[in-house]
Amino acid sequence: MKPKSENSRVNPHSAETPLLAVRNLKTWFPIKRGLFSMTAGHVRAVDDVSFIISRNETLGLVGESGCGKTTLGRTLLGLERATAGDILFDGTSISTLGRRQMNRLRRHIQVVFQDPMSSLNPRMNVMDIITEGLEQFGMIEGSKQEHAARLLGEVGMSPDAVFRYPHEFSGGQRQRISIARALSLKPDLIICDEAVSALDVSVQAQVINLLLGLQKGHRLSYLFISHDLSVVSNIADRVAVMYLGQIVEIGKTSDIVQNPLHPYTRALIAAVPVAGGKKIEDNVVRGEAPSPASPPEGCRFHPRCPEVMAVCRRVPPAELDRDGRKVTCHLYEQPAAMHGRS
Amino acid sequence: MKEDKKQPLLDIQGLSVRFDTDDGSFKAVDDVTFSIDRGESVGLVGESGCGKSVTALALTRLIPSPPGYIDAGRVFFNGEDLLGLKSQRLRRIRGAEISMIFQEPLSALSPLHRIGRQMVEGIRFHRNISKKEARAYARTWLSRVGIPDVAERMHAYPFQLSGGMQQRIMIAMALMLSPSLVIADEPTTALDVTTQAQIFSLIREMKQNDTSLLLITHDMGVVWEMCDRVAVMYASRIVETGSLNDIFFKPAHPYTIGLLGAIPRLSVQKAHLNSIPGQVPSPYGYPEGCHFQDRCTHVMDICRKNKPALCEIAGGHFAACFLHGDNISACNGKPHLPDQGQERNEAEI
Repeated sequence: MKPKSENSRVNPHSAETPLLAVRNLKTWFPIKRGLFSMTAGHVRAVDDVSFIISRNETLGLVGESGCGKTTLGRTLLGLERATAGDILFDGTSISTLGRRQMNRLRRHIQVVFQDPMSSLNPRMNVMDIITEGLEQFGMIEGSKQEHAARLLGEVGMSPDAVFRYPHEFSGGQRQRISIARALSLKPDLIICDEAVSALDVSVQAQVINLLLGLQKGHRLSYLFISHDLSVVSNIADRVAVMYLGQIVEIGKTSDIVQNPLHPYTRALIAAVPVAGGKKIEDNVVRGEAPSPASPPEGCRFHPRCPEVMAVCRRVPPAELDRDGRKVTCHLYEQPAAMHGRS
Repeated sequence: MKEDKKQPLLDIQGLSVRFDTDDGSFKAVDDVTFSIDRGESVGLVGESGCGKSVTALALTRLIPSPPGYIDAGRVFFNGEDLLGLKSQRLRRIRGAEISMIFQEPLSALSPLHRIGRQMVEGIRFHRNISKKEARAYARTWLSRVGIPDVAERMHAYPFQLSGGMQQRIMIAMALMLSPSLVIADEPTTALDVTTQAQIFSLIREMKQNDTSLLLITHDMGVVWEMCDRVAVMYASRIVETGSLNDIFFKPAHPYTIGLLGAIPRLSVQKAHLNSIPGQVPSPYGYPEGCHFQDRCTHVMDICRKNKPALCEIAGGHFAACFLHGDNISACNGKPHLPDQGQERNEAEI
């Protein structure tokens, strides 16, 4: 994989180098068919995605199942190989790094997954789990147990948990252990992939508050991936909305929540049940997301869009700057480019 | 079968379910009492492990035994005690008069049989009609729940359909025999929000006026969308019941108040959420007295000694909490059954 150099312009959002800059990233999976496993097509899980994350910032990534949000996170972690595009961490292109340099970089990007039961080794005790990375990088300060206890303290757990095993804890506590492990290497960026989705409401709130507190204390950045826009809006500075492999709208949380522009973002917000609030109207959005193996032509949302125009069926919309955010929709193009509504 | 208009359709009294496991025995459902009127939608809401699903399964005696045992209680459905029925009679009721929608359609549908065959089997078990008529009936219902290319889908296997489609088929199967009660256990939890909204309107539209719904969920937002009345469950017990307006705007039990406060709502900026401190106690070690005592900010001595009874604190609004003290004397001994119906219209705006 060769880095693309044509887009080497410094990011337009801020003067300083962003912590993470993703440019035209594509992660495609081949579909193998037949006797000789010929590649019959591609699942375009992530298809031309660009965004940045600044230091001490949280970017929320929302979208429905199958939209590619998890693949995007995994590509950033190096768990999937990018098909095209570039990932710049602190100004350095990850794709140019050798293996050794890449391993050194891994310390700076950590992850918390949805299900701690499958991401914590059941045969290791808590101390070994949260100091494994520290040992790898020779970063243990004092004794292993002291360091582990200190990390547990940071996530609001008692130090006597060090010799216990994951199954002895509740879901919320296990997720705290995952967070302690992610925190151990003093990373700059933590990717949280549905990190609170499996938790009960009362515990979910505790973990969200913990993440907010840690961000302040450690100047962390988060990529907070979730299907739940309500959760995301409580933790993110900016929100990116993903649909079928692409980001359709990205902007400040307040803008996205108060004045969503893309019809998909609007549908997503209108479909969230609000306890004690306005009831959801019937038919906020029709149909289901098509397969990312054969996305619709033109705008990918057009078969479900309530505002579909003739142009949407043919031409993929370009990313536009509108009201302080980026939106990928023909509705917001200059009138000259419009070809009339269907 | 008695058809008393004043009698609730489903009347659960003092239901207790115990599980005997290798680690010991625990009470999953402890003295649960509530009722559902004809045409009413009741939400049974609580966090994982609180016993809400076990309650639903116990109603139609679907608890595997061992390890589960119904220790006490009566469940009157149309005047008949389901817990005392012969299993033959119960099978006639299940599916036809009481039907269920589960969270995971893929595990509720048979993976080995085509959709059409599964539906026809259910129809012909309860109705004496020919295969051909049953297929035609199944097709009508599939198109009613918005399945495209019905003829083709009748031949499909469940795994060939999306989660939303599978859940639509579950809904068609649950409603096609015009049951008087539908029990839906987390029917939209596995679905995306846009699909969830579609399923909401479908259930609302399909549910005939006299069909009752028992909706089991952990999601207060879903309850708000779908129900007339709510029962809040915590650690095997019902802690509060009331109309939608009672529960959402005048919650009385500290747990209900905490739960409503902890729901993440659409927010314009980063904000700390109100959380409930601590965690749910293990079912093997529920404390004496009120089960919420260790997480409650208002805990008193009596909460650690006595179990609070479910007492009426206003018309149709019940809470099991010693804070609502003037009711302790009022309901010495047995609590009264909730008086349903009055507040329903208010909530349906």
